[in-house]
Amino acid sequence: MEGADPVMSALLEVRELGLRRGTREILRGVTFDVPNGAVVALMGLSGSGKTTVLRSVAALEEFDTGAISIGGVTVTPGPHESQSASIRLLRRQVGMVFQFHHLFEHLSARDNVTLAPVHAHGRPRASAMARAQELLDDLGVGGRATALPRELSGGEAQRVAIARALAIDPPLLLLDEPTASLDPARRGDLGATLRRLASAGRALLLTSHDVDFVQDAATTCVILADGKVVEHGDPRTVLNAPAHDATRALLRSSS
Amino acid sequence: MDKRGGLPAYAKAAAVRRSFTRRRRAACYVVCVLAALTSTGAQSAFRWGGDAEGGAPFVEADPQRPDRVVGFDVEIAEMLAKALGRSATFVQITFTSLDQSAARGDFDIGLSGVEDTPARRATLAVTVPYYEFREVITVRNGDRDRFRSLADLRGRRVATLGGTIAYELLLAAERDHGITAVSYDDDVHPYSDLANGRVDAVLLDHVLAERGMRRIAGLHTHSGGVAIGHYVGVLSPSNVTLRDQVDGILRAAMSDGRLEAIFRKWKVWNDDQPRLFARVTTGAAVTATAIAGTEPMSALAMTRRYLPSLLMASIVTLALSCLAMAVAVALGSALAIGRVYGSGVVRLLITAYVEVIRGTPILLQLFVIYYGLASFVRLPAFAAALVGLGLNYAAYESEIYRGALEAVSRGQLEAARVLGFSDWQTLRLIRGPQAFRLALAPMTNDFVAMLKDSSLVSVLTVMELTKQTQIFATNLGSWVIPGALCAALYLAMSLPLSHVARRLEAKWKAPTQS
Repeated sequence: MEGADPVMSALLEVRELGLRRGTREILRGVTFDVPNGAVVALMGLSGSGKTTVLRSVAALEEFDTGAISIGGVTVTPGPHESQSASIRLLRRQVGMVFQFHHLFEHLSARDNVTLAPVHAHGRPRASAMARAQELLDDLGVGGRATALPRELSGGEAQRVAIARALAIDPPLLLLDEPTASLDPARRGDLGATLRRLASAGRALLLTSHDVDFVQDAATTCVILADGKVVEHGDPRTVLNAPAHDATRALLRSSS
Repeated sequence: MDKRGGLPAYAKAAAVRRSFTRRRRAACYVVCVLAALTSTGAQSAFRWGGDAEGGAPFVEADPQRPDRVVGFDVEIAEMLAKALGRSATFVQITFTSLDQSAARGDFDIGLSGVEDTPARRATLAVTVPYYEFREVITVRNGDRDRFRSLADLRGRRVATLGGTIAYELLLAAERDHGITAVSYDDDVHPYSDLANGRVDAVLLDHVLAERGMRRIAGLHTHSGGVAIGHYVGVLSPSNVTLRDQVDGILRAAMSDGRLEAIFRKWKVWNDDQPRLFARVTTGAAVTATAIAGTEPMSALAMTRRYLPSLLMASIVTLALSCLAMAVAVALGSALAIGRVYGSGVVRLLITAYVEVIRGTPILLQLFVIYYGLASFVRLPAFAAALVGLGLNYAAYESEIYRGALEAVSRGQLEAARVLGFSDWQTLRLIRGPQAFRLALAPMTNDFVAMLKDSSLVSVLTVMELTKQTQIFATNLGSWVIPGALCAALYLAMSLPLSHVARRLEAKWKAPTQS
């Protein structure tokens, strides 16, 4: 991933991303890539800006400088309304799993998964249903297809949320704090699941401050502090031999 | 003499306000009972009840001193008090409650153009008749040759004041001549609605008819009466002694010209009165005005006779409530969506609408829609009631839906955005369905409230359940059976509704298909 590769362009390219809210500078020139097959972990203490980066990539936040491009679709600074065509194209390429899942509370697990393919992307209902069941089976929650979100455990809800995000087969999957609602045993399962998704050619970008999980699941980690990238590279290297104070602080808080 | 006939704007407003007070009967009772309690022991006061809303020439607030009342009934009361050696004290009682108040003993005697009927004679102590009136038909000038009798009015709408002999006459004419009886809560609007074409004739006593004619041009009253009736005073049935004293005073006043002087002063004296006085003073029987088919009957027979009309009125109540709720839900949804998604201007306009509707009485809104807009758009009563209730409830519904829409978590809305739903799809598939489930319980409450609030539209002459019950109670002279029946009918409508709502709520806790 080493910076921008002029020959082999990555699926997701974040370039000099800057974002202000009022007088506060939240992101200050964040640059990194996520190629297909990679699992990139954004790490940092609370307030470092990692979730804001993820939300910007999902086009939930407008930014002030830099650019985000996904599979050749580029979003530029300024209001989303003025680039709604790009945003629409971008949304076909991105799936997102929220920290608190945000499943549609009135719909069963399966209906949560089929709603977007059928209504937002015009897929035939029958094939969407079949695909949903396949995804749920694959993620180990096929037996919970008719359960309502409030009847699911945290781990089950997360798997349904992953299935929902994958239902339109986006090449890029975003996960915000995916380990936060899981007990340690389940984190291992999640790591295996994410590696499997990446090995199928998807690009994964997640936020986490769980050092063990990132070392187990990620191919690259990007350390953020005060809205800037301070270190990046192979998690085993970066996290075992931190070169920056912020990384050391992160390791202290994680242990 | 008719101070309301002058029609300055404030007087019209006052007329409308007085009609509002009819709905405040309960409050009125409280005030009157308190007044009665505080003045017991003051044996010298001769407390007489009347309704200043009835207006001149009976009883009306003195335009010079609004804290005092004037009218021929006022002067008769003062004459009685003087002869009894007591001082007259006026007690304001809503006209339709005079009988019940008399029976309870809230005052010594009720005098306010009270009609002599078999029901009153059966349940109250009634004085000798002191004035004879004719029930007369008033029509528009252009119809004076066409509509000369009730039989000429087949298929037409004929208006009168509810709970009167005239109303009973119209009910009989519904059966005999195929007219449609329209009941009003006051005697002002029958004539204005006659002038603007909502009804084709008005049947009322000649005193009220003359007043209506003075107020509104272009009307003609046929001089021949449809029926004869008399005004009497009403007392508690336990107060026969005072009644006999009053009868003596009235007979004496008939003989010595005091009554004639009062009636002449108020310009209601005519040739019928000397004949009535002659009969009363000689002790000849003067019968109460009974309508064919409405002879005195047992409470059970009366109930059996009124039951079909009560059921019919229940259907009106139910149909009106359902339709008005449909209007309220549809408009309320649109308002809520506009308030959540609309631009600043749209939100401001909707907020203004909601605040105006919530901040003003629904009765005022109904009056404005039915009477106030009559010169621009003449809505039929049922349509005006439907629009009025619908517009009013839409404001309340929109607040419920807005709250419900905002209660759906932001996170789900963001998830929907990332999944590629448009705002409209998110509303239709995710936000709306969840908001609807949240709003269901308060909506059911509002529907039950609507069933009851629909009783307010009786002021627009819609014959719904409460109004029909009131008429039944007036004719029966008791609220016990009508009240119980009415309550049972309202419960029969609202309980299944609550039950269905609970079932729906329970059902939606189970998984659903998208």
